[in-house]
Amino acid sequence: MNKYIKKEIYSLIKEYGLTKDILINLYGIMVRIRYFENKITDLYSKGLMPGLAHLYIGEEAIAVGVCANLTKRDFAVSTHRGHGHLIAQGCDLKRMMAEVLGKEDGYCKGKGGTMHIADFSKGILGANGIVGAGIPIATGSGYSAKVRGTDQVTVAFFGDAASNQGTFHESINMAAAWKLPVIYVCENNLYGISVDIRKVTATKDIAIRAKAYDIPGIVVDGNDVLEVYRVTKEAVERARKGEGPSLIECKTYRWKGHNVGDPGRVYRLEKETKEWKERCPIKTFRERLIKEKISSEEELNLIEKNTKEMIKEAADFAIQSPYPDEKEAYEDLFVEEKGV
Amino acid sequence: MKVKRITYAQAVAEAIDEEMQRDKDVILLGEDVGILGGNFKTTVGLYEKYGEWRVKDTPISENSFTGLGLGIALTGLRPIIEIMFGDFLMLAMDQIANQVAKIRYMSGGQAKIPLTIRTTLGGGRSSAAQHSQSLQALVCHIPGLKVVMPSSASDAKGLLKTAIRDDNPVIFFEHKMEYNKTYEVPKGEYTIPFGKANILKEGKDITIIGTSNQALKAQQVAEELAKEGINAEVIDPRTLVPLDKNTIIKSVKKTGRLLIVDEGYERCGVAAEIAMSILNDVFYYLDGPFERLTTANIPLPFSPALEFPVIPNEKKIYQRVKKMLIG
Repeated sequence: MNKYIKKEIYSLIKEYGLTKDILINLYGIMVRIRYFENKITDLYSKGLMPGLAHLYIGEEAIAVGVCANLTKRDFAVSTHRGHGHLIAQGCDLKRMMAEVLGKEDGYCKGKGGTMHIADFSKGILGANGIVGAGIPIATGSGYSAKVRGTDQVTVAFFGDAASNQGTFHESINMAAAWKLPVIYVCENNLYGISVDIRKVTATKDIAIRAKAYDIPGIVVDGNDVLEVYRVTKEAVERARKGEGPSLIECKTYRWKGHNVGDPGRVYRLEKETKEWKERCPIKTFRERLIKEKISSEEELNLIEKNTKEMIKEAADFAIQSPYPDEKEAYEDLFVEEKGV
Repeated sequence: MKVKRITYAQAVAEAIDEEMQRDKDVILLGEDVGILGGNFKTTVGLYEKYGEWRVKDTPISENSFTGLGLGIALTGLRPIIEIMFGDFLMLAMDQIANQVAKIRYMSGGQAKIPLTIRTTLGGGRSSAAQHSQSLQALVCHIPGLKVVMPSSASDAKGLLKTAIRDDNPVIFFEHKMEYNKTYEVPKGEYTIPFGKANILKEGKDITIIGTSNQALKAQQVAEELAKEGINAEVIDPRTLVPLDKNTIIKSVKKTGRLLIVDEGYERCGVAAEIAMSILNDVFYYLDGPFERLTTANIPLPFSPALEFPVIPNEKKIYQRVKKMLIG
């Protein structure tokens, strides 16, 4: 990992044009993701949630640090562990929660569920249940921006395991050859379900593969929202200037199991989990904000309180939302009203 | 109607050219579609005319450049992706079956996917088992894809223009053995709608459905049979998804007999699907069981001595019809 000396937040404010409001907002969105995911765990344990959700707890700094660099016109392609990406892109919590519960008011009218929540109006080009399959889609979005002559960028979120899919190589190769405005963000949480990435991959870092495509490859502390923000900002600027794609590897950790049904204990040591939890992206950022006097205990407490309320409202909305009518299953296959 | 004589490959190129001319959002990507003008000469002149970004030579990465097409389609353009051999669809099957076909549905109708995937089918070129398959049944099986099987050059042109203008994903199968054949094609602008079968010849004794160029083979056989007093009705469904069942049902009710000819493998194939999908509607009108002529359930062999005997052809169609009618 790059040995980056953590700067005082004030020097970052100067360097990257971060304002106090932005910093507090970064914190607030991380908290929003955490509480959203906690609520899902709660709904799942009460038997209110069909299927299995893949939780983003512990990885919040990545989505938040990356998406803070995107404008309304940019795009992002999400994954099966995608709630955090959507929340960071400003998606509606009520409609997200309703989708997680398979309800009519969900973003996808109950047809996508937790793994496929998408809001195309917010630039989310789908959330993918096939590991690595979003990478070429994001690359196409980058190609499209290039052909249309816009300065839009696209972020491809994917995990460490996806970096061993063929799509990773095929897509980054094309993006590099054609200098497409795509930022490849690898969320390396160390495990593909139960398999330790270190047992199936020879290199310590995934980002060094960028060398093979002659593009920048950056390793970053994925639990430090400002670090993620900083490196993404540089990658986005490069992309907007037509200088091509970047590969950012964010080192992080999946606090929970692969999904809500997996305790995540069989294949990893408690010690490891405990160490990573001490590096909680929310807790550490909170401490910095207070220590460096960007914010106060009271202010952050209030954000947490309000967020809790917001999440409760979303859950209540979702619980009260009706299940879709059976007929809904036959809609939306093709653009024409009647399916074929 | 004024006509001109051009090859099937030229008709395909014309369709793409006209649509690219008409709509700047139409772009083409695939292996060798650029400087070479396509492995089968179906994109000749387009690279020179529209430049390297609208006519893009891709690396040999079928799965990812198909996904690239999807990403392009989701963000405002109308890409055409060429997958050189239908056999290579298998490399792109995750993107086709799990992504292209599902993103719209999974998102509750938020996404629009104006993507055309052009590919080929057909044996007969001694290309052996990995360059000769007719895999239309595999994509027909996946909900969310329209599947087009043009027979003649004029159909290829009109149907391809419709495919490019469609806001849904379309898999478009061109027959490799037709590319160099010359056909009469209407001059000027025309399109052919999906879901409307073409009755190539009317008749009352038997219905023959042929997909892709098997429709043309069936038409030739029907003309021979007519000399013997057998009046076969020949139907080209043109699109398998959507399938014009009404035209087929109407025909079979009239003739009481049905032979389906499709170059795909027999097992779980298109012929079986067409037959079963109309059975309930025509059962009491039948004078005998449905029959099918397909490629045998074996990989396509290399030697012409082995390859031609396993693919449906005019002789086999003729013999089968005679057997069905006379025994």
